Amino acid sequence: MNKNIDTKKIIISNPLKLDCGKEINNFPIAYETYGELNSEKSNAILVFHALTGDQYVSGKNPITNKDGWWSYVVGENKPIDTNKFFVICANVIGGCMGSYGPSTINESTSKQIGTDFPIITINDMVNAQYELIKYLEIEKLFAVVGGSMGGMQVLQFVANFPDKAKLAIPIACTSSHSAQNIAFNELGRQAIMADSKWENGFYSNYKLNPDKGLAVARMAAHITYLSEKGLQEKFGRKLQDRDSLRYGFEADFQIESYLRYQGSVFVDRFDANSYLYITRAMDYFDLSKQYKGNLSEAFIKTKTKFFVISFTSDWLYPTSENREIVIALNSIGADVGFVEIESDKGHDSFLLDVPSFLKTLGDYINSTYKIINERRI
Amino acid sequence: MKEEFNIISNLIEENTRVLDVGCGNGDLMKFLQENKTKDIRGLEISKEKVQNCLSKGLTVIEGNAESDLKQFPKSSFDYVILSQTLQAFLNPELVINELLKVGKKVIVTIPNFGYWRVRLQLLFKGTMPVTENLPHEWYNTPNLHMCTIKDFYNFCSTMNIKIYKSIALKKSRISEINKSNLNYKNLDSHLGIFLIES
Repeated sequence: MNKNIDTKKIIISNPLKLDCGKEINNFPIAYETYGELNSEKSNAILVFHALTGDQYVSGKNPITNKDGWWSYVVGENKPIDTNKFFVICANVIGGCMGSYGPSTINESTSKQIGTDFPIITINDMVNAQYELIKYLEIEKLFAVVGGSMGGMQVLQFVANFPDKAKLAIPIACTSSHSAQNIAFNELGRQAIMADSKWENGFYSNYKLNPDKGLAVARMAAHITYLSEKGLQEKFGRKLQDRDSLRYGFEADFQIESYLRYQGSVFVDRFDANSYLYITRAMDYFDLSKQYKGNLSEAFIKTKTKFFVISFTSDWLYPTSENREIVIALNSIGADVGFVEIESDKGHDSFLLDVPSFLKTLGDYINSTYKIINERRI
Repeated sequence: MKEEFNIISNLIEENTRVLDVGCGNGDLMKFLQENKTKDIRGLEISKEKVQNCLSKGLTVIEGNAESDLKQFPKSSFDYVILSQTLQAFLNPELVINELLKVGKKVIVTIPNFGYWRVRLQLLFKGTMPVTENLPHEWYNTPNLHMCTIKDFYNFCSTMNIKIYKSIALKKSRISEINKSNLNYKNLDSHLGIFLIES
């Protein structure tokens, strides 16, 4: 939400031509950094956030007062150790944590841009973040890393800037949004737009918020982030603060109560229009289409090392879709490692405490950093 | 193990592109990386082993040689190595053909079922052989298609596969296999190492 966020922010003055044809300039990119950039500028890692993430990867998120969204992975003595690496994360354009998005105030009208905001794509998000890397004067990143939509940005980043990262780690993602992915996103968007308080996206003019619609969108999406087994084990048919059914529509079951809670906390931190724009960007993502139907072509110019990770119980971005990325890279002889991590935590596994994931990711990043540095010497 | 690694390493030219199929925990990859070439990849079916390899910074893909070798383009590696794994595949013939497509040259090592110690166990004990090199019982062995050095030698000639070099290993003793000593080497070696090409 467009609260007065005290965040690091730069204004990009270079015009950015969007995929939709429109051009934007003098727009803000909000970002956060962790750790120190070394004197050779060789330890920078750009982390891309997922649909509802933000720049606050680690530590306390100043808006929500909760841990950063990737606290298991990034921080001191974590797999991506901020004692060693300089970690950068920017809020994507279209987002609502300070970067240019539908909740940005249009200075000429003093009102939120709302649905006058242009449609953006993953490609646009990545190109905008590249401006931040230029601003930080980092010639070559050690790594670009991200899960889910963050993984899509990793793929797009390497395709767009083949010599700007030594290592790319796309996690639990896809090179092209499937019909099922689009279907779930459309469900969320319809829930928001069906809320009478949405007002065609100009709710802030009326001091309204389509909270109900946004909460339903989040509830539906949240189910897709979990696995059937995980849900069954955690909730089963357990009742919420009661011994028997109430024969009504209150949240009798713990799973209902849990989802309602997830929906209600989400609306406090996320803008409904941002949800529409970012899900649209994900749906439009089809990297192979950008390269005439041949995904390999996207990576033909790059020497970047890849490490692709998927999770056994992720049915939103299943292993088969992650494997397609591996196959495309192998077919051009690119340097790619791949593993499917055993986990029953569904798509959300990449955000959670999954020890074999955290260990493999951390060890891989640290060994590779060492190997690459030794080679240079 | 060490002798086998040395022999394989000696068969490989420096700074070439290598794929280790069934790379396990990456010991051979690491050995070759330190001694021969940096450009080495691995394919391994066990998640746990893949994670061990990746932890060491090795480029390894989780996958099954029987279905996942197809994704590599023809002749995309100078050498493809299959170390003591051929016998574990459902269809070794198919795997060898895939290896010969992907690699310009292929190195196959075979735990020799014709080794006299193995033969004696079946002959005298009347039970399926269990040796240092073949430590599993018949009911839990991953080895589906055991073969002998002679079997593989004959297989290559039947399939018109060129054998560049064939080496026999007994303990740490290394010798060349040829047509005339084949029967003897087949009896007296625990491991056969073949450098082949289609």
